[in-house]
Amino acid sequence: MAMTLENGSRVAIIGGGPAGSLCAYFLLTFARRMEMDLAVDIFEPRDFGQPGPGGCNMCGGIVSESLVQALAVEGIELPANVVQRGIDSYVLHTDETAVRIDTPLHERRIAAVHRGGGPRDVSEVTFGGIDGHLMALAQELGAKVVRTRVREVDWQEGLPRVSHGKSSQTYDLLVGAFGVNSAGGQLLEQLGFKDKGPTTTKAYITELNLGHEVINQYFGSSMHVFLLNIPRLDFAAIVPKGEFVTVCLLGRDIDRELVDAFFESQAVKDCFPPSYSPQEGACHCSPRINIREADRPFMDRVVLVGDGGATRLYKDGIGAAYRTAKAAALTAVFSGVSAQDFQKHYLPAYRSIAHDNRYGLVTFAVVHEIKRVRPLIRGTVRMTAREQARSGNTRSMSMVLWDMFTGSSPYRDIFFRTLAPGFVGRLTWESALSLWGNGRKNGAGDARRIAG
Amino acid sequence: MQEGSLGKEYADREVVCRQGEPGDRMYVVQAGRLEVLREEGDGEVLVGELAKGDVFGEMAIFDRQPRSATVRAKGNARVLTLDRRGFLRRVHEDPSLAFQILERMSLRIRSLNAEVVKLKHLSPPEPQRK
Ligand SMILES: Cc1cc2nc3c(=O)[nH]c(=O)nc-3n(C[C@H](O)[C@H](O)[C@H](O)COP(=O)(O)OP(=O)(O)OC[C@H]3O[C@@H](n4cnc5c(N)ncnc54)[C@H](O)[C@@H]3O)c2cc1C
Repeated sequence: MAMTLENGSRVAIIGGGPAGSLCAYFLLTFARRMEMDLAVDIFEPRDFGQPGPGGCNMCGGIVSESLVQALAVEGIELPANVVQRGIDSYVLHTDETAVRIDTPLHERRIAAVHRGGGPRDVSEVTFGGIDGHLMALAQELGAKVVRTRVREVDWQEGLPRVSHGKSSQTYDLLVGAFGVNSAGGQLLEQLGFKDKGPTTTKAYITELNLGHEVINQYFGSSMHVFLLNIPRLDFAAIVPKGEFVTVCLLGRDIDRELVDAFFESQAVKDCFPPSYSPQEGACHCSPRINIREADRPFMDRVVLVGDGGATRLYKDGIGAAYRTAKAAALTAVFSGVSAQDFQKHYLPAYRSIAHDNRYGLVTFAVVHEIKRVRPLIRGTVRMTAREQARSGNTRSMSMVLWDMFTGSSPYRDIFFRTLAPGFVGRLTWESALSLWGNGRKNGAGDARRIAG
Repeated sequence: MQEGSLGKEYADREVVCRQGEPGDRMYVVQAGRLEVLREEGDGEVLVGELAKGDVFGEMAIFDRQPRSATVRAKGNARVLTLDRRGFLRRVHEDPSLAFQILERMSLRIRSLNAEVVKLKHLSPPEPQRK
């Protein structure tokens, strides 16, 4: 049997998150260009029109600047009812102060979205969030959605077979797009995958219903990022959406104690109205996040895309899902579906994400150290504030922080920019100067002004 | 501006990019309409109109020549900016990203060809040399 897709070939995609839907979208787009008919089935149990856990793929919901731009070029629009809020700046909070960083053109370049229907106490479901939107685009091109969780896969006469209920069907290609928050590993075992899949850790998300007015006043159209000296916390952000803010904590095994420490820190309290206390019973979850890729994401007629394979460390996971899904589709349509084809044409794209994460790990380790050394964190903030106050072109710290926290540039790029002698010199100078200042600089009012 | 909008808002007649300027970014229309104008001598000639989903400013990214035309909002419009370096890096990683742009450029060449034929029919025939 030829290891290529032909007119009438069938593809099964297990999982209809961003990776699965985008893979279907690109398979069908490329097949059309080649005047080839493909039958694409997406298996997905979730109904993205449902608010709460039943329709949500648990994430911070930031669509990075680079992904917004790539999708725009692809002709994939993110309409205003999918984008809960366009983000044009971010505010960096440390234990002592806060500084705001704008996009060069004061443009809304980042999209804050809901995954699926949104938090369980959402007042109105619009469009099913980014997952629903991307799935609808795949369906418009002819993908069929089968509303079921796949529990059984095996091989029949050299073809992968998917069984659910009473029906079973063989396919020419099986795409694993099941993320890391379900038992995808089981399916891989059934197929005879040697790899044990990605390494993960637990993160934390909660969605606070503050209402449009409070959000506009206190958070504005800025993403709020926190560099606090809390052990095990690698990254924390508050992302304003329509009537909700999403609080997202990433690090090693985030637990209750860490979540409490975060909400009790002065920097976080200052972001909220003075009378505010975190709601009991707000929608929250502890999803798993991929922190190290699966080693070998393919075999003959099977390929893993999105979180189930490799993702970008902590940032732009949806962007990584787009890149792996598209690379797999390109390989399948234009080259073939054998392990060799994936090795030659898919693995480079996959590896470039995985390889870049090594730089990400080092960068986050450095940030950890900076957080612990008060003059250094002060120096970082001073350097940024100075750059923002001037309209000149030297925005090196601002851009390093922007790219790091928004996931807009490869970690490797960021890493090497911070090694430039000018950069190190200026940071050292600002840190030395900061030894003369002390105390927390901003109160609640200032945080609000900064967000505004 | 609506909470969920992306890009930058331009008021009626506000210029997004100007003919002759260096081009270091390209644009994608998110909402509204824009006019493409060629400035010729003292006047301007309308050479096209852009709507949602249209990409413009991409020629300067490929050929590194100054902007060939001015683009101005016609009524309120919203436009997303893509920087040159980021775009080129992505195209080098994934050349298929340029396909969409090639497709649009080829459509534009077709309609330009049609225009050229129309103009040839309108203008008086050139004297033929024997
Ligand atoms: C706390 C946290 C915050 C994050 N914040 C961001 C952010 O702000 N921006 C960003 O870009 N990324 C973020 N990410 C990463 C992002 O969530 C993922 O990278 C992205 O969702 C990956 O997409 P995916 O399609 O591979 O997997 P998923 O989104 O997990 O989708 C997998 C799908 O497969 C389905 N599925 C699973 N098993 C089966 C089965 N057996 N049969 C059928 N269907 C199945 C599931 O129902 C699900 O719909 C965050 C992650 C975490 C944990």
